Amino acid sequence: MVGITSFEAYIPSYRLNRDEIARVWGTKSIGGERAVAKHDEDSLTMAVDATLGCIKKSGCQTDGLFFASTTSPYKEKQAAAIIAAAVDLPRETRTIDFTDSLRGATIAMNSAVDALKSGNAENIIVTASDSRMGAGKSQFEPLFGEGAVALALGTKDVIATIEISHSVFSEMLDMWRVEGDPFTHSWEERFIINEGYMNTMDKVISQIMEKYNVTAKDFTKVVFYGPENRSHANLAKRLGFDLNKQVQDPLFGSIGNTGTAALPIMMVAALDEANPGDLILVANYGDGGDAFIMKVTENIGKFRSNQKIKERLEKKIYINYEKYLNWRDLVPIQEISRPESPTPSITCLWRESKSVLAFYGKKCNKCGTAQYPPQRVCIKCQTKDDFEDYKFSDKKGSIFSYTLDYLTSSRESPAVVGVVDFEGGGRVMCEVTECEPSKIKIGMPVEMCFRKIGQKGGIRTYFWKAKPV
Amino acid sequence: MGMITDKVAIVGMGCTKFGELWDKSVDDLITEATFEACEDAGVELKDIEAAWLGTVFSGHTALSLSYPLKLQYIPVTRVENMCATGTEALRGAAYAVAAGACKIALAVGVEKLKDTGWTGVQPTNVVGRTTMGTTATELEVSPPAMFAQLAMRYFHQYNLSTEQGKMLLAEIAVKNHHNGSLNPKAHYQNEISVEKVMKAPIVAPPLGVLDCCGVSDGAAAAIVTRADMAKNFRDDPIYIKSMAISVGPSRDPISQEYDFAHVEENARASARAYAEAGIRNPRAELSVAEVHDCFTIHEMTVYEDLGWSKKGRARDDIEAVTFNLKGELPVNTDGGLKCFGHPLGASGLRMQYEVYKQLQEKAGPRQVRDPRLGLTHNLGGSIWGGIACICVTGNELHQG
Repeated sequence: MVGITSFEAYIPSYRLNRDEIARVWGTKSIGGERAVAKHDEDSLTMAVDATLGCIKKSGCQTDGLFFASTTSPYKEKQAAAIIAAAVDLPRETRTIDFTDSLRGATIAMNSAVDALKSGNAENIIVTASDSRMGAGKSQFEPLFGEGAVALALGTKDVIATIEISHSVFSEMLDMWRVEGDPFTHSWEERFIINEGYMNTMDKVISQIMEKYNVTAKDFTKVVFYGPENRSHANLAKRLGFDLNKQVQDPLFGSIGNTGTAALPIMMVAALDEANPGDLILVANYGDGGDAFIMKVTENIGKFRSNQKIKERLEKKIYINYEKYLNWRDLVPIQEISRPESPTPSITCLWRESKSVLAFYGKKCNKCGTAQYPPQRVCIKCQTKDDFEDYKFSDKKGSIFSYTLDYLTSSRESPAVVGVVDFEGGGRVMCEVTECEPSKIKIGMPVEMCFRKIGQKGGIRTYFWKAKPV
Repeated sequence: MGMITDKVAIVGMGCTKFGELWDKSVDDLITEATFEACEDAGVELKDIEAAWLGTVFSGHTALSLSYPLKLQYIPVTRVENMCATGTEALRGAAYAVAAGACKIALAVGVEKLKDTGWTGVQPTNVVGRTTMGTTATELEVSPPAMFAQLAMRYFHQYNLSTEQGKMLLAEIAVKNHHNGSLNPKAHYQNEISVEKVMKAPIVAPPLGVLDCCGVSDGAAAAIVTRADMAKNFRDDPIYIKSMAISVGPSRDPISQEYDFAHVEENARASARAYAEAGIRNPRAELSVAEVHDCFTIHEMTVYEDLGWSKKGRARDDIEAVTFNLKGELPVNTDGGLKCFGHPLGASGLRMQYEVYKQLQEKAGPRQVRDPRLGLTHNLGGSIWGGIACICVTGNELHQG
């Protein structure tokens, strides 16, 4: 039976309080807070984080990596391939981007289910990630949040079987973003909510319940997308679901609407609490609707020990609105006056893909010294070409020396930079992200994370940074 | 004694004033430094048989030297080794003379940083590879942030509090500014106080603005000839005793073996230079030294790397004013990079200019007593993958 075999959400560490946004614009706060990705994060890096976590939880091999987003870094260039390279999947992996629709994650899930049912694949990871922006003073600026999620689907060790799925499409320009415009727009609210969201969701959910021959009361948990709190609650009432007992919290108060990632993040939160035998309804919206009915199996037990999304949300750092503006590149900044950094060479990036994206170095077969970047001649014993590949991305390290670079060309000053010594050998000098400048010290334990380095000549570069454990 | 020892003499040197020379071009600086050197040596341009140009940003190819000087179809070579470029130019000229390829050679170092609009030089990535053909993903840190990591670890390893460490570094800045205040060719000719250095805005902790050298324009030049011909040019030629260059494998950012509290290339180059010059006790035998004080912490570690202070004990010598103008081994008597700024290609030859003048006892108010041997030290690249150049010169010829 096809179903979910692993799951992981990634929510950035930073929060913007909605009262802070309301203060800036003199508007009424909708309350709560929204998650904000750091300036070195984007949809792609957040998806890498979620996918690595998802693989780590289940230890499963995967033969497909599907990426859903409306904020993929390139208009023309697949992001799934970059993610697959960063998480070190074999080249035989099927990679697909599902872009442009807020329903992308469930469209990808349906495709994954079909591939698994046909026997063309045994395991597929669907990762969804979004980093949408609302214009200043818009309803979307406080409402949107940023985050990512990864769901592994397979046929073995399933923790929640997918019993049935159902889809409808609708044609309505309710929310949109055009080329060159960084902000999401929408049509008049009453029309798009009532005619769009409510009617479409009513249709897809009613039809799947009829198909599966169940009523609203039969579900242990109901997980469905909502544009915001009120419409979400209204839909629950209209369909006869018990808001307190059955309906999964859409996490608007703590994360915000994370676009394509919103529904699957809610699924993760529901699975965190699920018990064997639970019947779960899942429904997503965007250019139509997708619905699934899932049944939780005994295998859920082995996920009990993992940290729940609720607990993880407690670890957060508040930022102010000015920082948000800077991080989202909404204020032009003065470049530091010194020689320009080189434009990345695509040829070099291709040739060094394994070391840059998957963070592989080498370990000398003769003297055992781990080293990054990969060398032809060993740094210690000078033996030529006698190495094995050695992955650094999952190694723990500690800070050997550091400083704060106030002359950085990064958006934020100072840049925290340090020398990281890895357990098991090897040393890199790298930026230390998500580290308060005053907190770094010699000996501080760190782990590596995949981050955006910059964008030059239209080329977005990614690399690994250290981050306090 | 090594192969270069007492085979080559410097018979003329020139050095422009260093500073923000808005009204001067690269060609102006090359011309002024070269003509001062020629005049000092009593030669004309037509007497020069081969020439070396050292520049990092301010020229391409040897034509950048032959064009302004109108050199007449002689061999000219351009060299580049980042901050060690100036010494590298002198090395090329000296070895050509020693090899018998020519009798009179010219070495010129020049840099004009102030025409670029830059407020500093470029950040360095981990292995010192820049320019074309890069993934552009390696960490780039500004030069002060690179040396700050040396300071952090040095303080940590030798149990200095930030306050104690910064105080010692400040003493170095104060010393070099005092020396610079006595030098009309220096960019900065002002005295500063320890308090001012300690309170200067932080650039990369623990380093503040006054721990850093400036950015400036300048050029310096040397005329070298065979040692046995030197007295034909002047009564007080300066003889090259040793030239050592040590280029590191960039092991340090990769390997946990490096302690980040010294610069290995400096130690290797100096050991070789002392051996070649027959120096056993450098602290006692050297009369004056010009070292690469791009950042105060580097001068502090150089005291140890070059074997003048015990490991981890540079503080004792700083406190004992060992390296002050009137101390046991005066260091950076002209004001150093701290007061001259660091026009990359020019610095090595600017240092040599001071040692040359000191050994000829023509250093005016900065003159050290009883000079016999002098040393210049230049570090290019980074602390974790460097190019250390050392040149020892003396005012006596010992022929075997």
